[in-house]
Amino acid sequence: MIEVTRHDIVIVGGGAAGLRAAIAACEIDSNASIALVSKVYPMRSHTVSAEGGAAAVARDDDNFEMHGYDTVKGSDFLGDQDVIKYFVEQAPRELTLLEHWGCPWSRNEDGTVATRAFGGMSTKRTWYATDKVGFHMLHALFQHSLRFDNIVRYDEHFATKLLVDGGVVRGVAALDIRSGIVRVVLGRAVIMATGGAGKIFPFTTNGNIKTGDGMALAYRAGVALKDMEFIQYHPTGLPGTGILITEATRGEGGYVINSEGERFLATRDYGVGTKAELGPRDMISRAIIQEIEAGRGISGPYGEYVHLDLRHLGEQKIVARLPMVREISKIYIGVDPVHEPIPIRPVVHYMMGGIDTDITAGTSLPGLYAAGECASASLNGSNRLGSNSLTECLVFGASAGQNAMAFARGSSEGSEQALRREGEEEAARIVALRGKQKGGEKLARIRADLHKAMESGCGVYRSAETMNETARTVAQLKGRYADVALEDSSAVFNTELVAALEMGNMLDVAEAVANSAASRDESRGAHTRRDMPNRDDQNFLYHTLCHFDPAGPRLGKKEVTLGHWEPEERKY
Amino acid sequence: MSDGQQKKTFVITRFDPDRDDAPRKQAYEIPVHPDWKVLDALNFIKDEIDATLSHRWSCRMAVCGSCGMMVDGEPRLTCKEALDQYGDTVDVAPLANFPVVRDLVIEADGFMEKLTSVKPWIIRAKELAVEEGPMRQSPGELEEFKQFSMCINCMLCYSACPVVANEPEFIGPAAIALGHRYSLDSRDEGAAERNEVFRGEGTVFSCSFANECSEVCPKHVDPAAAVNQAKLNAAIDWATSLVLSRGGSK
Repeated sequence: MIEVTRHDIVIVGGGAAGLRAAIAACEIDSNASIALVSKVYPMRSHTVSAEGGAAAVARDDDNFEMHGYDTVKGSDFLGDQDVIKYFVEQAPRELTLLEHWGCPWSRNEDGTVATRAFGGMSTKRTWYATDKVGFHMLHALFQHSLRFDNIVRYDEHFATKLLVDGGVVRGVAALDIRSGIVRVVLGRAVIMATGGAGKIFPFTTNGNIKTGDGMALAYRAGVALKDMEFIQYHPTGLPGTGILITEATRGEGGYVINSEGERFLATRDYGVGTKAELGPRDMISRAIIQEIEAGRGISGPYGEYVHLDLRHLGEQKIVARLPMVREISKIYIGVDPVHEPIPIRPVVHYMMGGIDTDITAGTSLPGLYAAGECASASLNGSNRLGSNSLTECLVFGASAGQNAMAFARGSSEGSEQALRREGEEEAARIVALRGKQKGGEKLARIRADLHKAMESGCGVYRSAETMNETARTVAQLKGRYADVALEDSSAVFNTELVAALEMGNMLDVAEAVANSAASRDESRGAHTRRDMPNRDDQNFLYHTLCHFDPAGPRLGKKEVTLGHWEPEERKY
Repeated sequence: MSDGQQKKTFVITRFDPDRDDAPRKQAYEIPVHPDWKVLDALNFIKDEIDATLSHRWSCRMAVCGSCGMMVDGEPRLTCKEALDQYGDTVDVAPLANFPVVRDLVIEADGFMEKLTSVKPWIIRAKELAVEEGPMRQSPGELEEFKQFSMCINCMLCYSACPVVANEPEFIGPAAIALGHRYSLDSRDEGAAERNEVFRGEGTVFSCSFANECSEVCPKHVDPAAAVNQAKLNAAIDWATSLVLSRGGSK
């Protein structure tokens, strides 16, 4: 039993990228029917948890060349330079639109938008709204989107399959979580904006919903996942929970100190030079791990950590600029940063890789676009700079919305009969999985074993042996997943069923991460190998592509677009 | 689990419309960790004891607004509530004053409609072109509305509100606070339109000043203050328009 609906375009994901795409589409044609399919109500999307800010040139002492160079250097020269140039040029426009739509950006005394320092950025170019930037951006976008009544929301609908007919994407199959009905939501173009997959790791800043769904759907539909080996560890997460403590703490002048009270980023050579705490995330995460390994960490119930010290900033500045950090620290670790340093350790935060997209947000599958963390437009290369990703959601969300609309206008509708049949097959698969009693595996066990494997093989430091072991384990877990037994057979709000479908997505994404990682025999950005510590431009200045194959992933390569900035040693 | 580990019993409201005629209570005794929040206990039950338990959650850092429930009879964000402040038995139920979809999951579509009805977006007589750049707004002007922009739409205030309990169509504290937030924004010119909404049935004039909304708000938005201010503005706006039309001063 399925229901079929038709729209001009279908957007999957209601975070910053998906909402920006929807608004862009409405701006082009206020009569177009825009479907917005999201497994949660849009304002629950994980954009909400972003804290520190969004980057765009705003000051007189800044320019596009500087923002571009910082970004390409941060990427360890794996960013595509045409994409980077386009991004930095569009960024101020997009943040200005957010301003016009009501985002409460923090202000200078003269009423202009305030900017703060961020890691790897050579000047203050990060726009902020205290330290709740993702929350404010998401709510401003969502509330602005409410004025367009041609956006048809499918809230709490979980897209499980891309529907393809005649080599063109025509829509998605989506489980209505509340009723259990599978809907075939058709459109002449589809945009994926489903975010990352931090939940394949045990220790992450990511919310429970970040299970790589859009990446997995595109991967299974034949689109390559690109640069999946590059997992960003944010240097400052709370031990235990992994809750994010924003980089803005360091942008505002916070120190990272070891058990001896030493500001090791300033005193020791970790490659960050005089930037110290304002170095890029990959380098600072490595530095913290090295300090801990050298015995200068602090022991706690959740392992070794170091301190983030904000005390010298004073209560007034902490309250004015970092209120959420104070609130979170008090609630989740019992520390008031006004009086005590915050325990922190590196934590999985962001995926540089994703659905292989180009400068238009388009993919190799006609009609499919992607934006935000689920996409890899190659803005971030092997290491993203903090505060580029919120802006990325807007810049490429807007492109995706515009280009999908243009594609939809020139595209015919697929065969409804064929698409309906595909939808029915998907509905049958979901019904068969729901409450499936036959099987010997438990979902929570598979998840725990996946977590263990990903942490051991695809952490901050890697080696051939551990990565290959993880790739093998993930392949075995896929086999075990086929044998999973479930308990809940109800059609209504069956969260066990959703979790089981998400697990299928996580395993596919994990497969791409582990196998892509094992194929890169060098160290670059966030991919750091103990057995191959150097960058190797001769052999590895290319993007990794990972293609789905039921027999096991196939790896390929894609050229990096250079031409403006010559790759050089990355030293700050 | 070590033998000496503390245990608590969670008495959880269960309801599956496919199977149950009415909600029922189910008790789970589980070992608990001293650092846990209420949500951690629910997730433990879901993973280890009863996979059929349905509840919403995501960010586990008190900002996505998904995990509101009644804990020992009070509306709370379960990811924010330390478990050690509760006794040996903890009662967990779906948010009050909402239809229940299943177990701890409530129906939120009504809230979404109420939110939309207050026009929570910047309204301007003439839209600005992006080329004009960001508008100026002084820190003082920002401060005027900032507090009301902190609403995470968790809907705890609807569960606490005695008016919502009696009059489900009341648009409620959060929606009013967000509408008012835009009217207070120096960049907005839509106050008159929203005042018209606020003068309608089931809006600001239905509020009985119980102040319960502000007491339960996990983000200190103080929606009660917003409702009071919005009420005053809607009344002044109405009185002014009356005087103007009677005076025929146009």
